[in-house]
Amino acid sequence: MKNNWWKILAVVLLTYTIYFGLMGEVPRRAILNESIRNLYFHVPMWFSMIGLLSVSVWNAVKYLRTNDLHYDLRTVEFTNVSILLGLLGCATGAVWARVTWGDWWPNDPKLNSVAISMLMYFAYLVLRGSFEDPQKRARISAVYNILAFAVFIPLIFVLPRLTDSLHPGNGGNPAFSQYDLNSQMRMIFYPAVVGWGLLGGWIATLRVRIRAVERHMEDKA
Amino acid sequence: MEKFEKQVLKLFSVSGISDDYLHNQLIINTMKKYKFLFLLLGFLFSANLFAQQNVTEEIAMADQLRADGKIWVVVAVISIIFAGIILFLINMERKVSKLEKQLKK
Repeated sequence: MKNNWWKILAVVLLTYTIYFGLMGEVPRRAILNESIRNLYFHVPMWFSMIGLLSVSVWNAVKYLRTNDLHYDLRTVEFTNVSILLGLLGCATGAVWARVTWGDWWPNDPKLNSVAISMLMYFAYLVLRGSFEDPQKRARISAVYNILAFAVFIPLIFVLPRLTDSLHPGNGGNPAFSQYDLNSQMRMIFYPAVVGWGLLGGWIATLRVRIRAVERHMEDKA
Repeated sequence: MEKFEKQVLKLFSVSGISDDYLHNQLIINTMKKYKFLFLLLGFLFSANLFAQQNVTEEIAMADQLRADGKIWVVVAVISIIFAGIILFLINMERKVSKLEKQLKK
């Protein structure tokens, strides 16, 4: 329990999110209608992705400082789960966009920045696959991971805000600031972000442990 | 202006506001003095009253779905999927813990 309390917290928060996400009161807004509830699912995918990528970068730095391959394992698995979350975020966003903006993928700065970022992280996976030696692979991919994150953050947060955009939070659209988000939605949104983030972390740590066990068994054999 | 004043005075007496001539004249003079301000206030208070209520009620939401109780189907479906994912993860947890314990020996 000492090590696993956060997993139970994730389940509790997500159950709360799913129930109140569907049954709770939301403001009635034209165009959005009930799809405003997607706030509790689409947006936390991205916040979780950024959280997990931060953990990934942290581990990449730790690897470069210590050359301990366990950090490399953590880096890659957290990045893997982040890529999954990014894909889910893109998919849920596209469905939402089709219904509210009329197009699966409009020519929008935020969406294009996201597409570029996903390509960067796919390239990370390809990069890793091109090396045989574990230490070399770990070193090069750690550097790439840090650089990719350093490009990712300004690309999705700064660039879209400098220009016109359909996406909330960018191009002058309201998003999460004090006066923009309905307070009742906030009560479900914050736990949702934490819950989805913890779930992503759970999946990532499970993958790390499975890989560690595999590596341990390989070393023994 | 004279005719207008007469009409206003008549309105006051008919509606029961006041019959007192001097009092009514004072009111009319005040209105003349601040007519621009009253005009501005008139614009301010005239448009807001009914817009909010009607528009909000006209926005389509899943009210019928909730009234029919079918929203519970949606909740149930998503909860079942979620429960399935969590059970899968718990299963993984158990397997990995068992393997880790074995390797520790």
